[in-house]
Parts: sequence; structure tokens; C-alpha cells
Amino acid sequence: MLFKIALKNLLGARLRTFLNVLVTAFSFFLILFMSAMYDGMLQHAKQVTMDTEIAGGAYWHPEYDPLDPMKFEDAHSALPAEIQSLVDQKKAFPVLVSQASIYPGGRIMPAIMKGIPPDQNIVNMPTGALAGHDDISIPVLIGKGMASDTKLKVGDVFTIRWLDADRTYDADEGTVVHIMDTENFKLDMGHIWIPLKKAQTMLAMEQEATYVTYEKGLPTVQDKGGWIPRDINYLVQDMEAIIEADKPGAIIMYMIILALAAMGIFNAQVLSIFRRGREIGTLMAIGMTRQRVVGLFTLEGGLNAVLAAVATLIFFGPILWYFGANGIPLPIDYSEMGMIMAKRLMPIYTIGLIVSTTVLVSVVVLIVSYIPSRRISRMQPTDALRGKVVA
Amino acid sequence: MTNDSVVTIQNLVKQFPVGGDFFTALKDLSLTINKGEFTGLIGPSGSGKTTLLNIIGGLDSPTKGKVSVLGQALNDTSHGERARLRRKYMGFIFQSYNLLPVYTVFENVELPLILNKMDTDERRSMVEQAVESVGLTDKMDSRPNMLSGGECQRTAIARAIVHQPALVLADEPTANLDAENSHHIMKILVRLNQELSTSFIFATHDEKIMAYLRRIIHLDDGEITEDEIIDNPKARD
Ligand SMILES: Nc1ncnc2c1ncn2[C@@H]1O[C@H](COP(=O)(O)OP(=O)(O)O)[C@@H](O)[C@H]1O
Ligand SMILES: [Mg+2]
Repeated sequence: MLFKIALKNLLGARLRTFLNVLVTAFSFFLILFMSAMYDGMLQHAKQVTMDTEIAGGAYWHPEYDPLDPMKFEDAHSALPAEIQSLVDQKKAFPVLVSQASIYPGGRIMPAIMKGIPPDQNIVNMPTGALAGHDDISIPVLIGKGMASDTKLKVGDVFTIRWLDADRTYDADEGTVVHIMDTENFKLDMGHIWIPLKKAQTMLAMEQEATYVTYEKGLPTVQDKGGWIPRDINYLVQDMEAIIEADKPGAIIMYMIILALAAMGIFNAQVLSIFRRGREIGTLMAIGMTRQRVVGLFTLEGGLNAVLAAVATLIFFGPILWYFGANGIPLPIDYSEMGMIMAKRLMPIYTIGLIVSTTVLVSVVVLIVSYIPSRRISRMQPTDALRGKVVA
Repeated sequence: MTNDSVVTIQNLVKQFPVGGDFFTALKDLSLTINKGEFTGLIGPSGSGKTTLLNIIGGLDSPTKGKVSVLGQALNDTSHGERARLRRKYMGFIFQSYNLLPVYTVFENVELPLILNKMDTDERRSMVEQAVESVGLTDKMDSRPNMLSGGECQRTAIARAIVHQPALVLADEPTANLDAENSHHIMKILVRLNQELSTSFIFATHDEKIMAYLRRIIHLDDGEITEDEIIDNPKARD
């Protein structure tokens, strides 16, 4: 019964309701959209990382720590038998990681040098470009970011200096054979990629590797020979952490938007209680209890949320749908800022997102509708009837 | 209190706090109003008419004294119980109509029935009957802003009597109306008083209303100065 009256009141007060609903719908839309963008970003970054780097997972040499280049010199050995057998079956490929110094254009720069089999097709990297350069001492593949840092172009020659297994320094000429445009900055920044065989020879680590990446859907091997299995979940952790670290900023954003909508409704609610004092008095005179009047006004405010959900669907639904289907082109190339981002972002709307946003907005709207309405329960019907409303 | 009494008031005092002091609006007032009466509280502005009407309606509470309405001692009732009493057995008519602006005539009149949780069919026939009795059947779907003052007040009357209350309280119901509309409305109220045996209490200083009353209680400065019974009201044939 209250519901019917509340709805009637709301629909009757056309413009006021329309404005409130529009503001609420807009905040609804922004929260939904921004959260979906976030999910889309995360999803995309994960996808790219898996596609270009992680594949099905990896086995790491027990000493390998990608964040500690000082330990690279200890993180290599021949592969345990079962892992070697995966490599032989072309279901996995080994990578040999070492530290190096490069001298592009006479400058010195530290680099992470990775030997990778040119014929691998487990991760999406143009490693094939490293194959068939018999005339070149060390064919090198680098990313776009690295190329711009070092000002190297395809065909440029530069000195590479490294520490081999006997702990003696050695140097040779590297030639850039390809510059890859990858969305995964982790393959790019500070990296030089060379053929695995070449790396093993240079470092005097024949048949050795630092980690092995295997294709998707493979079960973990029985005997890991002391190597450490790293599954996808582990490998995407650091990237998730980067994105999570950005979340507080986004949450503050939602809070501000939501607060704006809440303030709009709160104000409208306070105003309507002041302006509708006589109406409140009349309802009491007709025999509505104060609690019911409070309930009625709260419900009227709360119905804003319901109408807002509908309005969001009608006004913003097509926009949400359009971006969901076509993505949003990004004006800046974020990969240069060390982020994995698509040139086009695809927002992802999940049921969970929609439900939680709806619940959040509804609860906030109900609270800001209830708080001003509460003062009705302290009102004297006689004061209300005279249009005199005191807080 | 006899079975016939609708309102019994004994030694009623009403004081309002005014800046640290009290203003006494009703001074030791006693009064009985019986079933079916068509009574007016008459007096100049500020004499306490509205205050007395509000106390009878349970919208305000006495400072001292006993007030019993429709068999309920208002002194011992809660807000909720007084709301229920109004909802079931009372109707209110105000000087400024107090219709809900976003509702149609039908919806305004329907409201007390909704509050009394009547079902839709029953509501419809009762609303139609009430609206018909004030002659507004053709305005059933109009909103108050489309109505004249007289039509608004007739809507308010329909709302006050739709649930066939035992007691209708009307505070200056004709103050905003011209002579013709005032007479029209009073005639309707006289008829309803006879048909429904509903008791009416008016607060007014309008001479036109006085001509229809069967009892006139004169109030001055919060006291009853005269209580007259009129056997043949002037305006009635
Ligand atoms: N809430 C209130 N606070 C203070 N004084 C009031 C209040 N309500 C009424 N009064 C005073 O009580 C007196 C009677 O008022 P009222 O019953 O409205 O008179 P009437 O309806 O006869 O014009 C007036 O002097 C008025 O100022
Ligand atoms: Mg008055």
C-alpha cells in the first residue's frame, strides 16, 4: 500500500523526480562503467601476459628470481629429465637468463639477456626473427620501448658484454634483427632476446636454462627435479598487484560520484519534507501513523534508486552496450608507462558487478532517504498542518 | 458519559509554551457533544477554536483535564492508537482543503480507504458514492490544480466522509469560499449529517455557517461564553 502511494507521489512530482533519478542514474552509470573498465583492463592485461609470456605456466630453476638480477648467474642448470622431455616434444621451451651490459651508441646500459629458441610457438613473440642469421655474430630481438631508449634501429650493431660461467667477462657485437611491438612491457623494458643456442655458447652453459615455459593445458610433471612449478595464478600475481594498487584511487572516485548523487537525494528529501509539511500533517490527520509517514517518505526516496536503475538502462544502457561491444580507444600509449594496456579498452560487465553496484547505490539512496525522513517522527501533527516544520 | 455522547470534555486546559512562559489557550473547559449533532464552535480569531478541534481529533494533547472521544479516553492513548481512531472513525475538513496535489479527485478520496486496508472493489464503489454525494462525478480524474476552490473543498468533504466516520471535524471550511459555494457546501454537509447520522463539529466565525447549525458554542479567549441549541436553523427549510 505504502509502495503504491510512494510511487504515485514520485511520478506525480515530475521534474523533481526526474532530476533526482537522472543524477542517481548517472552515478549508477559511472560506477558501473568504471568498474567494468577496471575489470576489462585486468582481463586484458592478464590475457596479454598469458598470451605473450606465461602460456600454461613455467618451471623455474630453484635459484631464479626475476626481481633479483644479481642471482641470475647462479640460476641455471641442465633441465630435469621430465621437463627436458616436454621440451623435446615441443610442448615447452627453455629460456636462459643472464645479466649483460650493452653499449648502444657508446653509452653503457645494463640489460637482461634472454636466450630463447627461435622456433618456439608457445608464446606470442616474434622469436622467428632470430632464426637464420648465420652471417651475424649475435642476432638480437628487442621491443619498441627498448629501441627508443637505446635509439637502436633494425640493422644497428652494438657491443654486448657478459659474464660467462667461468666468471670471466667476454664481449661481442650484437645486431638488431627485429623490433617487436608488444603490449607486454615486461618483454620489452631492459630486455634483449637472442637465440638460445647462441646464449648457451656465449655463457658456456651448454644445454642449460633458467626457466621453462610450457603450453596451456599441460598437467604438472611428476618429478620436477628440484625445479619450482609456477602456475598461471602465481605468474599473474605481480600484475594483479599493480592493478590492485590503483584501485584505491578508483574507489575514491566512486565515493565522490556516489556522494554527489546521495547529496542530491538528501537535499531533495529535506526540501520535500519542509515543503510538504502540510501534506504530512494531512496524512497524519487522515490517520496515518508517524512511522508510516516516515516509511512513505523513505520509500519515495528509495524508489529513486529503482527508477534510477531503469533510467540507467534506458539512457545509459546503449552507451554501456556500445563500449562493451566496441571498446574505448585510448589516446595515449600506456605501454611506455610500464602498463599493459590495449589500444582499445573493452569494459567487462559481470553479473556480480551489476548486482553489487545496484545494492550499493540502493543502500546509499535508502540511507539518505531515511535520515531526513526520520525527523517526521518528531513532528507534531498540528505544527505540520500549519506548514510549520521544525528539525 | 452516556452512550449517545461522541465527545466528552472535562476541565480541559491547554497551554502553549511561549518563550519560557505559558500561554493558556483553553481555560478549564467542559463540554459534551452527542451523536448526530451539527455543532459550531464560534468565536473570534484566537479564541481557541482550532486548538479545541485539534485536541478532539487527537492531533494535540491536553495540558490538563479529561477528553474522551468516541468512547476512547484520549489521555491514555498512544500516537498510534489516536491515528487508528482518526483513520476509522473521524474525518477532517480544513480551511485550505489540504488535498494531495499529485492525486486525482478519485485518489484523494480513496486515500482513507487505502489506509483502512479496504480491497479495491469496495474502495471503488465507496469512492464513487462519496464523490457523487458532493456532485463531482464528472471531475473524478481531475487533479486539484484543475479544480475551483468550491470543487476542492467538495473533494475534501468526500475524503472526510468516504469511510462513513462517526465524527467529522471541520476547521473554517468556508473561509476560502464565496457565498454561493459556502451555501452549496453547507447544504451538502447538512444532508450528509442527516443521511449518515454523522456528527459534525465546525470551528468558524462565518455567519453563513451559523445559519445551518443546530448548536452554537461560543468561545472567547479560551472559555465557553454561551452554549445555545437552535431548533429551527434559519437556513434550513
Ligand atoms: N502551537 C502554538 N504555540 C503557541 N501558541 C499557540 C499555538 N497554537 C495556538 N496558539 C495560540 O492559542 C490561541 C488560540 O489559537 P487558535 O486555537 O488557533 O484560535 P482560533 O482557531 O480560534 O483562531 C491563539 O492566541 C494562538 O496564538
Ligand atoms: Mg483557527
